[in-house]
Amino acid sequence: MDKETRELKVTAIENGTVIDHIPANNVFKVIRILNLENITHQVLFGDNLESVKYGKKGIIKVSNTFFAPDEINKIALVAPTATLIVIKNFKVVEKKHVEVPDEIVNIVKCFNPGCITNHEKIITRFSVLDKEEMKLKCHYCEKSIAKNNIIFA
Amino acid sequence: MKGKSLISITDYNKTEYLKILETAAGFEANPNQKLLSDKVVASLFFEPSTRTRLSFETAANRLGARVIGFSDSGSTSVQKGETLKDTIIMVSGYADIIVMRHPREGAARWASEVSSVPVINAGDGANQHPTQCLLDLYTIMQTQGTLNNLNIAMVGDLKYGRTVHSLVQAMCNFNTTFHLVSPQELKLPSVTKMHIKEANLKYEQYTELADVIPIADIIYMTRIQKERFSDPIEYEKVKNSYVLTKSMLEGCKPNMKILHPLPRVNEISEDVDETSQAYYFKQAENGVYVRQALLATILGAK
Repeated sequence: MDKETRELKVTAIENGTVIDHIPANNVFKVIRILNLENITHQVLFGDNLESVKYGKKGIIKVSNTFFAPDEINKIALVAPTATLIVIKNFKVVEKKHVEVPDEIVNIVKCFNPGCITNHEKIITRFSVLDKEEMKLKCHYCEKSIAKNNIIFA
Repeated sequence: MKGKSLISITDYNKTEYLKILETAAGFEANPNQKLLSDKVVASLFFEPSTRTRLSFETAANRLGARVIGFSDSGSTSVQKGETLKDTIIMVSGYADIIVMRHPREGAARWASEVSSVPVINAGDGANQHPTQCLLDLYTIMQTQGTLNNLNIAMVGDLKYGRTVHSLVQAMCNFNTTFHLVSPQELKLPSVTKMHIKEANLKYEQYTELADVIPIADIIYMTRIQKERFSDPIEYEKVKNSYVLTKSMLEGCKPNMKILHPLPRVNEISEDVDETSQAYYFKQAENGVYVRQALLATILGAK
């Protein structure tokens, strides 16, 4: 199946951003992280779509919205394979991959029940110890968290 | 270091450790120096502590500072539901520096971010206790004349003991060989072993305390707590295997000293106290000089 047909499963957009190759089932997490729940532009999304590369995938299309790298890289935790496609006049003008940032702010909840961030209103901060393995370290309690223990705030 | 909080042992580098140790030696030689007579030190102990609180308050008093604070959060507005943030902002309006112990991990880092004055972490849950680590370094230096190229044996609960983790991290700067003695269930966590590997240093793991006695320059004992074991039978099996007695010390190096962060329960038998290897009470005393050095340095008087 070529790219054109796949994208047509969810209507094409004139101007805006397409986030493709989101791991299936993580579409809603991406929506939350990018705060798309509160956006006033058109948002289209699909989940569990067929993908040649990944078997199943999710996709999100946001009209008239363009993301700064800092903003889009926040989704790297849940969608490291995502491709970002910038569309202008129905044409692809830019295509890039997300990059895992050095620090994750305000997205992840510390899994340590004794961590002060779970007892007071504090914006969480984690440094990324290992970008491949997605190993994080809490800025406050200094505990490291493996990928499978990551909890989203 | 002036004006800078001390939250984690990694907030200081090797040069800074050595600077503090040198300043501490000056206070040991001459403890009563009224360098902070115009300063107020807040001593906020949200959970009880004996040694750490008393030695910090002694340090502040010997420097001529006034001390305010509490030794237990029971009688404070914390009981009324005040957040740590609010307490710290308020106290930082009263005092020139805050020394705090708190049961939650990360509490001291958070306090340092909302406080307008420097914060010294006197223990945040199971996380960090950097002043204990600095006094351990001071004591090792004092007993061995150097921090370099030593054989350090760590004994007991290496899994949960925060003093062990910080000391391993700090000693990685000094070409240390680590000898790690613990029951299987309480081995040093891999995160801490990683620091040793990254520094290209050697470590060996043992289950028998007797194996390290002839090779160690320092034996750092820790307490094994019953509640750390998932299986009480396992605790019963190991509880007496990490007890140091006078008769075991035969064949140790002449320069070997025994340290312990205290309180000890039974892991160092009382007959060890009279040997020339026993150094844990002097170690606790050294805490005062090191904390004097920290208060004076951070407040810009040294």
